[in-house]
Amino acid sequence: MPSFPVEALHVRTFARALGDANPAFDHVAPPTFTMAAAQADPDFPLRPAIGEKWYGSGRTATGYGPEDVDPAAGVLYAEQHFDFARPVRIGDELTPTQRPGRTWEKDGRRGGRLAFFELVTEFRDAAGHLVVTGTLVGVRTSKQPGVQE
Amino acid sequence: MRFPEVGTVLEQVLIEDLTRTQIVQYAGASGDFNPLHTDATYATQVAGFPGVFAHGMLTMGMTGRLLTDAFGAEAVHHFGGRFLAQVWPGDTLTARAEIVSVADAVATLDVTTTNQDGVEVFRGRGVVAVS
Repeated sequence: MPSFPVEALHVRTFARALGDANPAFDHVAPPTFTMAAAQADPDFPLRPAIGEKWYGSGRTATGYGPEDVDPAAGVLYAEQHFDFARPVRIGDELTPTQRPGRTWEKDGRRGGRLAFFELVTEFRDAAGHLVVTGTLVGVRTSKQPGVQE
Repeated sequence: MRFPEVGTVLEQVLIEDLTRTQIVQYAGASGDFNPLHTDATYATQVAGFPGVFAHGMLTMGMTGRLLTDAFGAEAVHHFGGRFLAQVWPGDTLTARAEIVSVADAVATLDVTTTNQDGVEVFRGRGVVAVS
């Protein structure tokens, strides 16, 4: 994945979105800021791709047809965790690398199985030092046949 | 915080009457344009929700303010948690954190964010540097 520059105005825009006017964010990023590394991912699925169909609405309630697969379908965002070796600072150039983490299963409350999975993203700075690790936990549901929603 | 002690409770209102515009701000800043959060036509007609709702990460991001305001913007070693319930436009969110341990200049806090009905929307943990 290409690098993610930690830019002052982006950090300030992000902090505003959180309703946080802390002047410290002129120098460091809020703890959840690396979520915005999505902006640096050329293939991020939850952003409309120029010239391609988008599953949100335009003339119709979704731009997708029955053969298209909603990128978020069937997966819920369960948890997010951040582990910091040091604060993320404005001026950092972070390079993310992603790998799958643990998987586990639980019974769902309404029957069926819940399949949890981790996606681990490590952000390293220009010197190659690990700065922050983001761990996303997603869950896919699978219902047993005959169980009603 | 000068003297963090086990049992200390911090509480802060994160947002009163969350606006759809703030959800749009978060989408734009974070790059997450999932139409569940940004597109009422999709959210209602395709996904079957009453309307758009906030990104879980918007709630978590706002919750982080409790830690950075209390301990400093550079003090967070760990912050994580679980999304428990959806957050809707008009919601008022309050974050509460309790120090559960202090050792070696580091405090661990249980963090929870609730809405105006007392429903827990986020529950997690913070680990922060303390002097």
